[in-house]
Amino acid sequence: MNFYPEFEVVRSDSRCIRCRVCERQCANEVHWYDADGKVMLSDESKCVNCQRCVTLCPTRALKIVKSDCRLRENANYSDQTIKEIYRQAETGGVLLSSMGNPNPLPVYWDRILINASQVTNPPIDPLREPMETRVSLGKKPDHITRNPDGSIDTKLPPQLTLSMPVMFSAMSYGSISYNAHASLARAASALGIYYNTGEGGLHEDFYQYGKNTIVQVASGRFGVHKDYLEAGAAIEIKMGQGAKPGIGGHLPGTKAVGDVSKTRMIPEGSDAISPAPHHDIYSIEDLRQLVYSLKEATEYRLPVIVKVAAVHNIAAIASGIARSGADIIAIDGFRGGTGAAPTRIRDNVGIPIELALAAVDKRLRDEGIRNNVSIICGGSVRSAADVVKAIALGADACYIATAACLAMGCHLCRSCHTGKCNWGIATQRPDLVKRLNPDIGSQRLINLMDAWRHEIKELMGGMGINSIEALRGNRLMLRGVGLTEKELQILGISHAGE
Amino acid sequence: MIPLEGQVRIPSGCAVSAMISRDGRRMNGERIIESMVPMHDRSNGLGGGFAAYGIYPEYRDFYALHIFFSSRSAQSACMTLLKEYFEIVQDEHIKVRKMPQITDEPIIRRVFVSPMQSVLRHLQIDEKELVVRVVNRINAQSDGSYVFSCGKNMGAFKAVGFPEDVGRYYRLEEYDAYCWTAHGRYPTNTPGWWGGAHPFCMLDYSIVHNGEISSYDANRRFIEMYGYKCTLQTDTEVITYIADYLLRRQGLTLDEMAAVIAAPFWSTIEGKSGADREKYTYLRTVFPSLLVTGPFSIILGFDGGLMALNDRLKLRSMVVGEQDDMVYIASEEAAIRVMAPEIKNIWSPAGGEPVIVRVKEGAF
Repeated sequence: MNFYPEFEVVRSDSRCIRCRVCERQCANEVHWYDADGKVMLSDESKCVNCQRCVTLCPTRALKIVKSDCRLRENANYSDQTIKEIYRQAETGGVLLSSMGNPNPLPVYWDRILINASQVTNPPIDPLREPMETRVSLGKKPDHITRNPDGSIDTKLPPQLTLSMPVMFSAMSYGSISYNAHASLARAASALGIYYNTGEGGLHEDFYQYGKNTIVQVASGRFGVHKDYLEAGAAIEIKMGQGAKPGIGGHLPGTKAVGDVSKTRMIPEGSDAISPAPHHDIYSIEDLRQLVYSLKEATEYRLPVIVKVAAVHNIAAIASGIARSGADIIAIDGFRGGTGAAPTRIRDNVGIPIELALAAVDKRLRDEGIRNNVSIICGGSVRSAADVVKAIALGADACYIATAACLAMGCHLCRSCHTGKCNWGIATQRPDLVKRLNPDIGSQRLINLMDAWRHEIKELMGGMGINSIEALRGNRLMLRGVGLTEKELQILGISHAGE
Repeated sequence: MIPLEGQVRIPSGCAVSAMISRDGRRMNGERIIESMVPMHDRSNGLGGGFAAYGIYPEYRDFYALHIFFSSRSAQSACMTLLKEYFEIVQDEHIKVRKMPQITDEPIIRRVFVSPMQSVLRHLQIDEKELVVRVVNRINAQSDGSYVFSCGKNMGAFKAVGFPEDVGRYYRLEEYDAYCWTAHGRYPTNTPGWWGGAHPFCMLDYSIVHNGEISSYDANRRFIEMYGYKCTLQTDTEVITYIADYLLRRQGLTLDEMAAVIAAPFWSTIEGKSGADREKYTYLRTVFPSLLVTGPFSIILGFDGGLMALNDRLKLRSMVVGEQDDMVYIASEEAAIRVMAPEIKNIWSPAGGEPVIVRVKEGAF
């Protein structure tokens, strides 16, 4: 069934100089030049509104607008709902989507406000006073032990030390490009933070960044071998992902080419569909065995992270993980991004990270085991303010991925699964990959983190806090606006004015 | 209705003062009371208090519980509870001097107790832990009983009022101590409650504190994992629990504790040599949630000494004076000059640098 396209290409003919940049830049083949009419034409049905042509048009002759030709309005059956039904009636297929849940569900970050000092204690000026953002992730010992001479035995379980409480979350080589990985790896090294390989293995060129790399072990075990495990600073067991709780990763075969297939250790062109569970983990005690297998394999040098999607029973799950030998728990909220996920799962499964984080932090404290593990919060952390709120709710650090992609040029067109990313990020086509220059990509990531660090310091200073440790779990620094009693109770914060 | 202490978090400004004899000479409370007079404007009449060490030599083996009761029935319920865990050695009124400046007084009792060995064996804990648990239980229930002092051979005396009045009210000139600490309170939003005045005590630790800490909820939520209940929602209370946790339960030294709550900056730690760098890195890594930020000057009294400490940015004033065997500490130099008019050696300790004074071994 044909529809009028979702977007319209609006081209000003008087501005257009027929340079054909739009045509060359569009991997979706929307634009072409009609030599007879000496005019640029477009097939808007292929347009994903990635804004590549708009950005590169030298005369600003182009804009992409939302088409106003819609099906008859219906508050129950939206235009999109109806078209999805038509598509499924045609193909019999599961709908696929990319990036995070775009639906208008509550964003609790935006309903939380941050405190500042007035009169009774002084705000601190980060331009004039020291302000610390360094954090260590990992299990902390319960008791101090002393050497025979009375000095403290300073041996610690393995820790990850971050210059600021933000890391780049898992995005596999395959789902994103070589140049995107290079950008992330270099930026993490320069910043003194970590990036995460995702479940696609580690390209041999990037072993040099191992000190700033978290290597992931997911249910597909793609690219996992001894050298890989030993290459990083930490190992992450991926039990779930916020964008698609309950299922494994999806890499379309079109992206499993060349070095990607080699790094994943799978045949070229084969779909890499990870199993929903780890087939050696059907229970919490099985998880403990994998945690310790990985620790044994790496001689207890590396902390083990267990990443889970935020689901209904997350507090109890986290409590189990905290007792499984894991050093760090990463919780991924339902707005987290993905390179490809079934639409229904992405849009309907899982819970908001803010509530999950608050519930987990509280549960671990109630059980007196919060020190057994550190907590990483991911799944749509969009700004320095979100980071500050997450830390105050109880996170030790945040994972960002969508924001990192945006820094590298992503325009959130949500078409990663097509493999035709015009920005050189979520693609393996060499002509597209080379559009992302790792020198520039890494510099932009560094800039973003520098900017966030400055903002975090300013927000902390306003609260009279000069070290991020004193912010962690400091929920008195937060107030809710427009939230119900129940929401406030789960978040563990008071309403503004209280 | 204005919420009561414990129902709301109450920031407050304050004045602190302390004097200690390193020779263990016992001095009555006159001079410490006088020291608070020039700092009158640092308090607003909503709380004053003192802690005194070495005041009960004849009862030195027993825990001296100082308790406020709101009614006779609260008193009898509390005494019944105490008798489940302790032998009651002595139960008496704390003598006071009636004065118009101090009103609305509760019943104020002093009870010397000795933990029952059978209870300790049954619960498999030591006697200090028993005292902490029972006191926390009484105070958390908030049914009209409040234990505001529970150490051996020491005691706290506090009330709603200006500190100099509170000192005279409790007739502190009749007590002899080798170490005195004092506190005048300037709370910003409380009707004033006797239990909310400082010092705040746990076992033989007493804390007087001036400041408003910005790390409060991070500290509170951490320390509450270990059985403490912050019923008053004041900075002083949480700092006292932190001190108890680090010193008694983790066995840290005073210096090590200072390196946790007023931790050196990472850049300072990086500049230190081998063993020191390892130690400070370790302490900050293991106890990040016990770092206290925001302005504070605290004086921690304990059996046989005291420690004074400023926040690491030195956002609150605190001066130290030394003369012969005496060490004086106060928010303002004027207070020290009242206690020791001829004193020469006065200095301001740097932020985060602990001043630790110990009484000579065996002298108290």
